[in-house]
Amino acid sequence: MTTLHEPGDAVAASDAPVARVARTPRKIRRLTPDDWTSLVGALLASFALVTLIYEHLLNLSGVLGYLVCWYAAFVVVYATVLRMANSRKVVIERLVTVTLYLAASIVVGALLSTVVYTFAQGFHAYVHLNFFTHDMTGVSPTAPLSQGGILHAIVGTVIEVAIAVIASVPLGIGTAVYLSEVGGRWSQSVRTVVEAMTALPEILAGLFVYVVLIVYVGMPKTGLAVSLAMAVTMVPIIARASEVALRVVPNGLREASEALGATHWRTVYKVVLPSARAGLATATILAVARGIGETAVPLITSGASSFLNFNPVTNPMNSLPLYIYTSYTTHEPSAVTRAFGAASVLLAMVVVLFVVTRFLSRDKGAPR
Amino acid sequence: MTSTMIEGSPVTAAASLEAVDVAAWFGSSLVIDNVNLRMQPATVTALIGPSGCGKSTFLRVLNRMHEAVPGAQMAGEVLLNGEDIYAPGHRVTSVRQRIGIVFQKPNPFPAMSIADNVTAGLVLTGTRISRHDRETLVEESLTRAGLWNEVKDRLETSGSALSGGQQQRLCIARALANKPDVLLMDEPCSALDPMSTRWIEDTIRELGKTMTIVIVTHNLAQAVRVSQWSAFFLAEPGEPGGIVEQGSTDQLFSAPQDPRTADYVSGGFG
Repeated sequence: MTTLHEPGDAVAASDAPVARVARTPRKIRRLTPDDWTSLVGALLASFALVTLIYEHLLNLSGVLGYLVCWYAAFVVVYATVLRMANSRKVVIERLVTVTLYLAASIVVGALLSTVVYTFAQGFHAYVHLNFFTHDMTGVSPTAPLSQGGILHAIVGTVIEVAIAVIASVPLGIGTAVYLSEVGGRWSQSVRTVVEAMTALPEILAGLFVYVVLIVYVGMPKTGLAVSLAMAVTMVPIIARASEVALRVVPNGLREASEALGATHWRTVYKVVLPSARAGLATATILAVARGIGETAVPLITSGASSFLNFNPVTNPMNSLPLYIYTSYTTHEPSAVTRAFGAASVLLAMVVVLFVVTRFLSRDKGAPR
Repeated sequence: MTSTMIEGSPVTAAASLEAVDVAAWFGSSLVIDNVNLRMQPATVTALIGPSGCGKSTFLRVLNRMHEAVPGAQMAGEVLLNGEDIYAPGHRVTSVRQRIGIVFQKPNPFPAMSIADNVTAGLVLTGTRISRHDRETLVEESLTRAGLWNEVKDRLETSGSALSGGQQQRLCIARALANKPDVLLMDEPCSALDPMSTRWIEDTIRELGKTMTIVIVTHNLAQAVRVSQWSAFFLAEPGEPGGIVEQGSTDQLFSAPQDPRTADYVSGGFG
């Protein structure tokens, strides 16, 4: 034996109680200083280059053109810098990564700026409590923000969307069940119609209800008419998204249920629909998000009103999008601020609705 | 765990199941033909044979799950205690309640808790049960499936949080809660690790003392371990599958009569 240790050493070592050393994970995906400097350097270099050429040599102006040129210059500079030390594959990989990050930040930036701008512009409206507790009866658009409010529009939106949900969820999910669980010859035609209808412009739904129910049937312009027109646009959205949710329910579950002696309908009701609960909730949210923002529909089928109305079958009923539209188009400063305040409330309502629906549709006891 | 398993389960006379001249089609292609097999009461019958020879199809014919596939048809008779389950008077749902099946892949209902999964058969068939009876049934079924001790403290949590082997035993408990006369198993261990397989085999052996069980397996050692009777299925290329040889498991594996069986059980092909 030429080992330096006694043969018994190894055994003794493993028998001895080993003190546990606190380990820290290695950072194996760290960016090297080289990566950082080439990225930051390329950004600065392209910025300087574009500033020089775009503004000082060509005397151009315009923020968008500037940003586009900066990005183009950045890609060239960054690629050149990377190419000095890396293979073609690495260069392409980095450029694609940077471009995807950019695309994501543009989307998030656009969204955030919209939300922040809306809440900032509406700030002076919604800090007044009366904004939530009063309607606009007898309040002129030029009145100070300490008078009047949007209670009538909030109530109108809530009632109209609620009726539209009650009308469209059973129809939409029923259609989805037909498409996914029954099928047959007609399902393909139904699916085509549903898919085409998801792109239906809301103004057509409004005109449809206006012509059929208000002109021919003689229904007055009311909140109910708004709800029905909303439902026309919401049903196809719910049907389509729900069908996708039902289709991803594993077939093994349907089979297991039928193997226990369940009928087809009982399987759908007790196994398929509950398993697709989260997807069905998402479908409903998508549809509500569409319905709640519709402006042309209430404009055509109800018309704006300034008073509080809890009754969906008599008298017009205002809603938030319509209120925002009519206030904003007065171009009176305080009315415009009220419009932004109402828009903030609308945004908040959508978020609350989203959170509540997610919470209600979570899987029982699932480790998520 | 095995000694306590049977206590508390109702002692009923086990049922016999007999396939008479069974054939089955998918669309226009005949996949099994001339299958005659008597599955003895309180016996585990193993169906063995290479892939694609129609074992699973035959198993699904036995509890009318075959017809759930669009375009699937069958001929012949399946007699449960001498009565043809395909006779016009028999409703397909009650046949499936009396002849339970456990599939290859564990498939607990994800939207239900463990306890609800066990009693799913009652809910799905619209059978009402008192709260106390329900608790008794859950405990009894889980005990018979060998899962009670592992889940008794978390009956209201989701069944999908269990391990694969536990999920499969939950599916067995779910089938047992329906109080079936016969239990069919379609490769119940093929998606499981060796340890879970052993647990399930223990369960099958224990259940097989009082119940009629039919199991499809690709694992020959498993067939030897759990079954008393075996049937060897084979499909010649282009021909429908059928039984080449059947007999007591001991005899089929130690002294097969047909050379093809001998080849298969000795690992010659398949």
